[in-house]
Amino acid sequence: MDVKHVANLANLPLSPEEESKFSVQFAQTLETISLINRLNTSETESTYQVTGLVNVTRPDELNPDKILSQKQALSNSPRIYNGFFVVPAVFS
Amino acid sequence: MSSDLHHLDISAASAGLRGGKFSSRELVKSCLNQIQKHNSGINAFLTLNEHALEEADQADINLPLGGIPMAIKDNFLTQGLRTTASSKVLDNYIPQYDSTVVEKLKKAGAIILGKTNMDAWAHGSSTETSDYGPTLNPWNTGHLPGGSSGGSAAAVRADMCTFAIGSETAGSIRQPAAWCGITGFKPTYGRISRYGVIAMASSTDSPGPLTKTAVDASTITSLLAGKDPSDATTIPGNYQKILPKNGKKLKIGVAVEYLLPQMKDEVKKLIREAAGVLLRLGMSVEDISLMDPNYSVGVYTIVQRSEVSSNLARYDGIRYGLDRSHFGEEAKRRIMLGTYTLSSGYYDQYYQKALKVRTMIIEDFNRAFRQVDLVIGATSPGPALKVGASRNQPMFGEMEDILVEPSSIAGLTGISVPCGFVDGLPIGLQIIGPQGGEESVFRVALEYQSAVDWHLARPSLT
Repeated sequence: MDVKHVANLANLPLSPEEESKFSVQFAQTLETISLINRLNTSETESTYQVTGLVNVTRPDELNPDKILSQKQALSNSPRIYNGFFVVPAVFS
Repeated sequence: MSSDLHHLDISAASAGLRGGKFSSRELVKSCLNQIQKHNSGINAFLTLNEHALEEADQADINLPLGGIPMAIKDNFLTQGLRTTASSKVLDNYIPQYDSTVVEKLKKAGAIILGKTNMDAWAHGSSTETSDYGPTLNPWNTGHLPGGSSGGSAAAVRADMCTFAIGSETAGSIRQPAAWCGITGFKPTYGRISRYGVIAMASSTDSPGPLTKTAVDASTITSLLAGKDPSDATTIPGNYQKILPKNGKKLKIGVAVEYLLPQMKDEVKKLIREAAGVLLRLGMSVEDISLMDPNYSVGVYTIVQRSEVSSNLARYDGIRYGLDRSHFGEEAKRRIMLGTYTLSSGYYDQYYQKALKVRTMIIEDFNRAFRQVDLVIGATSPGPALKVGASRNQPMFGEMEDILVEPSSIAGLTGISVPCGFVDGLPIGLQIIGPQGGEESVFRVALEYQSAVDWHLARPSLT
């Protein structure tokens, strides 16, 4: 596994020590989990949802008890401006 | 009398409150004293609710949990009360709303004492990966409490609260309950709402109670269960507390594959003894065969890491919390492995393959439950391990949870109840039922606890 590339995909900063430590550990973990390849699953369907629910819907109605005020919604943000979240610039 | 109020279970505490023997303030004060005396040594609580005593004064003791002091794992959102999931990423996070579980507990009159320590993001089975230091086992502080709900389990066993709430993805309620010598219940997936619980692996996450008795676990489950419009995966149908004792004769299967080769003989002996107790109680007991639990380790590792990588992508430090450089080592490891197993070129090899083997595990349980009503086995391969055991063991949790992973992957219900001691540390018996099998799981746990007193043992805290 290209640890640096995966860290990049996951948007995680990694120290050089972590990089070398993780590559050894990931190899061990992948080795352990490869046990499942011994099972023949060619005739088996995948399970995404264990209780078998499908197409769960609810009425499209607002619940006033579950609406946050703008002040509440912004209350945990480290940087706000004129009632908006401040995000890092995408284009330089 | 009033000096030992913190020892009481829910049933006894409610009876005492309603009978006017003591007030909610006295009960809450007794638990707070216990926290003050012992939390520095055990590190079960991360944050305390400073208004607990005032809330006790206002408590309506006629409500189902009126005036009962309890603790909540720190991955359940509590409005106005800091919620970290034991990660520095959420060090300063104050939730704007309550999780459905907390909302229901408040409506039932429970007094929240505070938030309990856990493995960071619930990633682990030791509580050692907490960014706020490990919780220690009340039976022996040189040992771990298990995890990830280790703070909740230790708080209950150290009598710092009357009961606690935890969450389980694969063993995170049952395993710490076993290691701390209390009762821990995992409901069927979808029985209790996940709304407002910091997501780990959404296809298996299940909130549930950690209590002093099986009766208490049943009481809490019946209050928290139910369909929630805010969680589309909650299942319909009512949960009727407990199957009556005079119902049909139950067939119990002892899972022979769960008596692992590496397991100590003393543990196996305790499980056989527990089976003997069930036999004497009038149930039928037979050995049954289940799929090798080692396959579940592979499936769980892939599914859990994959879902973690997706769920933890939301932490960007913009709307709340700190940025991604604050993730601890375990979280980074899990996010990255999951990113890999979901990535282009590896998705079929790992994630799809795991979902197919998941189907095989479900089918294997379906077959077993045509043969028996419930399956029993050890909750964990052995008693609580020593502090430091999880360090540099990237598969620590998976190997310690090997006996609870299959039932979690299949969305089943299960309970762990104390069934004896090995090396002075408690051992848990797990009772697994099919999806929707809560009533029979509770019936067996209740009857078992009427015949033994392992669940009444409490450590002498120093």
